[in-house]
Amino acid sequence: MTQILAQSAMAECWACDTQNDPAAYLCAACGKLLPSDSTDYFALFGLTHRLTLDVAALEKQFYRLSRKLHPDLYTRASKEKRQWSLEKSALLNDAYRALRDPIARTEYLLETEGIRLEEQSRDATDAARATGTDKQQVIPPDMLEEVFELNMQLEEVRMAAASNSQDPELMANLEVAEKNFTAQMEALQQQLESLWAAWDRALADNDAATKDAAKQAMVALLNRRSYIRNLVRDVRQALGKS
Amino acid sequence: MTQERVVGIDLGTTNSLVAFMQEDHPVVIPGEDGSNLVPSVVALAADGRMIVGNAARAHLIETPERAVYSVKRLMGRGVEDVQEELRFFPFHLAEDIAPGEVLRIRLGDREYTPPEISAYVLRQLKQNAERYFGPGSSVTKAVVTVPAYFNDAQRQATKDAGRMAGLDVLRLVNEPTAAALAYGLDKKKEGIVAVYDFGGGTFDISILKLQDGIFEVIATNGDTHLGGDDIDNLLMTIALDDIAGDLKLDLRHNGEAVQAIRKAVIEAKIALSSQPQATLDIHLPGGQQYRRTLTREQFEQLIAPVIARTAAPCRQAIQDAGITPAQIDEVVLVGGSTRIPRVRALVEEIFELPSRGKTPHTDLNPDEVVALGAAVQAKILAGGSAATEDMLLLDITPLSLGIEALGGVVARVIQRNSTIPASATEHFTTGVDGQTNVAIHVVQGEREMAKDCRSLARFDLKGIPPMTAGIPRIEVKFLIDANGILHVSAREQRSGKQAEIEVKPAYGLTDEQVETMILDSFDNAEEDFRQRQLVEARNEAETILTLVERAPSNPAWKLLAAEEHLRIARAKSDLEQVYKQEDYRAIRNAIEALDKATRHFAELQMETAVSFAIKGKTMRAADENMGKGPTAPHSIAPAEIET
Repeated sequence: MTQILAQSAMAECWACDTQNDPAAYLCAACGKLLPSDSTDYFALFGLTHRLTLDVAALEKQFYRLSRKLHPDLYTRASKEKRQWSLEKSALLNDAYRALRDPIARTEYLLETEGIRLEEQSRDATDAARATGTDKQQVIPPDMLEEVFELNMQLEEVRMAAASNSQDPELMANLEVAEKNFTAQMEALQQQLESLWAAWDRALADNDAATKDAAKQAMVALLNRRSYIRNLVRDVRQALGKS
Repeated sequence: MTQERVVGIDLGTTNSLVAFMQEDHPVVIPGEDGSNLVPSVVALAADGRMIVGNAARAHLIETPERAVYSVKRLMGRGVEDVQEELRFFPFHLAEDIAPGEVLRIRLGDREYTPPEISAYVLRQLKQNAERYFGPGSSVTKAVVTVPAYFNDAQRQATKDAGRMAGLDVLRLVNEPTAAALAYGLDKKKEGIVAVYDFGGGTFDISILKLQDGIFEVIATNGDTHLGGDDIDNLLMTIALDDIAGDLKLDLRHNGEAVQAIRKAVIEAKIALSSQPQATLDIHLPGGQQYRRTLTREQFEQLIAPVIARTAAPCRQAIQDAGITPAQIDEVVLVGGSTRIPRVRALVEEIFELPSRGKTPHTDLNPDEVVALGAAVQAKILAGGSAATEDMLLLDITPLSLGIEALGGVVARVIQRNSTIPASATEHFTTGVDGQTNVAIHVVQGEREMAKDCRSLARFDLKGIPPMTAGIPRIEVKFLIDANGILHVSAREQRSGKQAEIEVKPAYGLTDEQVETMILDSFDNAEEDFRQRQLVEARNEAETILTLVERAPSNPAWKLLAAEEHLRIARAKSDLEQVYKQEDYRAIRNAIEALDKATRHFAELQMETAVSFAIKGKTMRAADENMGKGPTAPHSIAPAEIET
């Protein structure tokens, strides 16, 4: 492992002296790599912050940009340019990874809006560990009853497993629960896409109130999704599927 | 602009190769012995020279304590990682290696780190290439392949080996990816390709998407300690058990016998890929003979558990790629172990080939295809050609990168199968008022607890401005480069101060250590030079001493004054004293002094008619020293030439 140097900002193209937008990663005039300080994933692909996007077009653009930024093209260049290429190429790959995945894309957008889902969750985990308590997840109110029932069943399965026995009826119930939660996950996907559409419209109209409402709805949806995902994981584990 | 020659190197567990792009085709460069494969065997000869390749193989049997093979298994690993290997491989490790320290291997009375041993193999390949390209050519840049599943420490160790060998490693390329490049270059294929790479010591599976010249790796998996070696070890265990049981001979600690058995089982293994049975027939110490016939059926039963271990990584890679086996268009076989029919059958089963009317691709030599692909990548990096135009490789990191969080759990920062270069930014703060250091532990692996993952490095963020606990916000950037090697930088955001990072690589060498190892190899060259000088000086001293010894019987001797006799005797005694010592310069000086002291005698000899007598003796003395190296002329020698 080695230490890398911090980059310096520059707007003028080192190759042809053209003045470029400080956020541009390639020179508008000569197409050479620039040491831009822009880190916005959408901007890198030439996109606005719309959430509905064409993944096939995204891949095409990813390949096109890879051919410009990849370190393989700069092995004979100066140390400085090699470093820029390394950083830009990493940014491109990070961006593509996030944008092509619906959930990661939504989380990234919310992050650019100042909402850090990932960190909230990690802080909660750390705090729970530090105090020696179980991490408390907020159970969506409408799921309270369902989750209570499920937890009872999961506990029974664990106890049965400890005494090397198996209750077929219980297992059948869990199979039903798995199907049920998996279906809910799919439904959430549909709902997420309609929230994207709401966000995209609000973005185009520059409608702050609707944008806020869409953001809050997306946060709630992602939290619910992560809760259900954990349930599916637990059920699959109890069923010996993972 | 003329392109610099960049070669592609496959640094294998069993064999290594060097290749380059000749016009539009990659070709393997043969060694002086005409062989494309350089066995990855290094031996320390009795005279202190390092011998590499086929020549070193003989040493494995004759002087096993001075030879080493399969050193790739030790690259970037610690003493606690290799206990399993030590049961099967005759690695002689130094005894005082602490956990977390780089390994040292004993060859005779010297010790070498695994990268140094690999550097000798790389240097041999470099020399083979230079010889091939013709007089005066130098090869200083290379692409070197590594198993896709190699971790950061193993990659770093490979890069260090290149540096020690005088090679600037422009890129580490994953072996299965390199194979795909060689394969794709030939066919201009599109679609999804799986590369099943089962070599001498490692197993890799990579799944790639080939489209418009882009080779995008989408998932990889493997086992860095699974290969043909494991099959050899199984067969050896049987042979050794047989010999212990039937012949009451425990040979497990007899290095010479073990190597002879190893050679025999490898030959049998190879034969069983094309024949229904093979016979082990081994001469044992003490004159006994061990014979055993092995049918292919027995062999396949025996190796089934070993080759079955390749199935789980394949299934995981297919799952990670988000596809089904039926979506894989082609399967390419790489590595010598894929010649085993049972291995091919397993591949067909995993990838559901027969039901789709497909067979695995074996049209490129499985021993050479990785080196050929490395040569293609070398050409791309050197600036490309028509053949490589539009070709771009997008590889991935095989293992997740994480940080040890509270309670010893791993917080993932970069997921496995992420396209590289890849980066992640994490924020840290202090827990105590005025704290100026934060310790960070970086690990690689898929397990939940840090202790079950591979420790990459522990480092301290230093120079944090003293503030109230929780106020500093230290941004740490993790960046995995195109070689799959991690770089770390840090910044305290509130003060904007660049935090200092002190990285302690686990099982790795520091830059300074690598530097000394480069110098060490120069020192060895110097040592070789010194040895040669010493041998030559001693030969010369012997010649002159013999002459002076016989001088009193020459009539010219009586013509010298008494003080001249004395001076010669003194110079002779001086030379006799330094002659047995190691300092060739002192020997040269003493020769010169004796030469000077006898100059008058030599002149007198020429002047007297009886000088003929000396001539015969001189010639005889010279004869006796023939083959010991050239001898420099001195004042006695010209006398005989001129008469």
